[in-house]
Amino acid sequence: MTDEREFHLTRRTVLVGIAGATALGTAPLLTRRAEATPETMKAAIHRVIGESPVRKGKVTLEIPPLVENGNTIAMSVSVDSPMTETNYVKAIHVFNEKNPQPDIISVHLGPHAGKAAFSTRIRLADSQNVVAIAELSDGSLWSDTVEVIVTIAACLEYN
Amino acid sequence: MARTLVNVPPKAKRGQVIEIKTLISHVMETGYRRNETGVAIPRDIINLFVCTYNGTEIFRADLHQAIAANPFISFFTVATESGTVEFHWTDDNGQVETASAKIAVE
Repeated sequence: MTDEREFHLTRRTVLVGIAGATALGTAPLLTRRAEATPETMKAAIHRVIGESPVRKGKVTLEIPPLVENGNTIAMSVSVDSPMTETNYVKAIHVFNEKNPQPDIISVHLGPHAGKAAFSTRIRLADSQNVVAIAELSDGSLWSDTVEVIVTIAACLEYN
Repeated sequence: MARTLVNVPPKAKRGQVIEIKTLISHVMETGYRRNETGVAIPRDIINLFVCTYNGTEIFRADLHQAIAANPFISFFTVATESGTVEFHWTDDNGQVETASAKIAVE
């Protein structure tokens, strides 16, 4: 009898312990401070490109959809453009939703680039959408959005 | 300021699209981290990268805190004539690091 009771207590203790450990493990993720929001990203986009309409297409944003370490993420952007003197990509801007700041990078190109594409490595503080917007020589704007899942976030934590 | 590594093809045919790769060692400190005593570490990032080809600007990038430490940037250009490709990185303190590479176009 005593033995059985002890067994129950032990099992309960173990289960409670597991539940507690799980809660502790996930709590920092749920309560992490995320300063930028989709709204601040929209504001940043308006600040950079104005109020002109942005259409989907022409732009290809390549980021791994599932990222283990948010501190270094390979990212490439390419734009479907002939890159001639009269029809070329002027600029490519990349934004994020949930880092402390919504801007990632803005690159400025010209017809001499030959190919409208670049690669770099970025940081992401959380799972979120990343948006690339290309500004063409005729003034039109094109975009691509990729949802990225990040398991270890970049550097908002203490050292 | 920092070590740099650039990769420009040494030879190219006229009109060929070439890929240029660049890397610079830099912490890209965001300004959002704190040290072990709780004091905020001041922001220190490279905020501007410019590449010129025989004096003409061919690529410019405005970088923000979301660029990873040791910024790597690769891009393309058309090989037009033999000459020098120069690279300039500017940080928050206004310090400029430069690198250059020769290219022979035939």
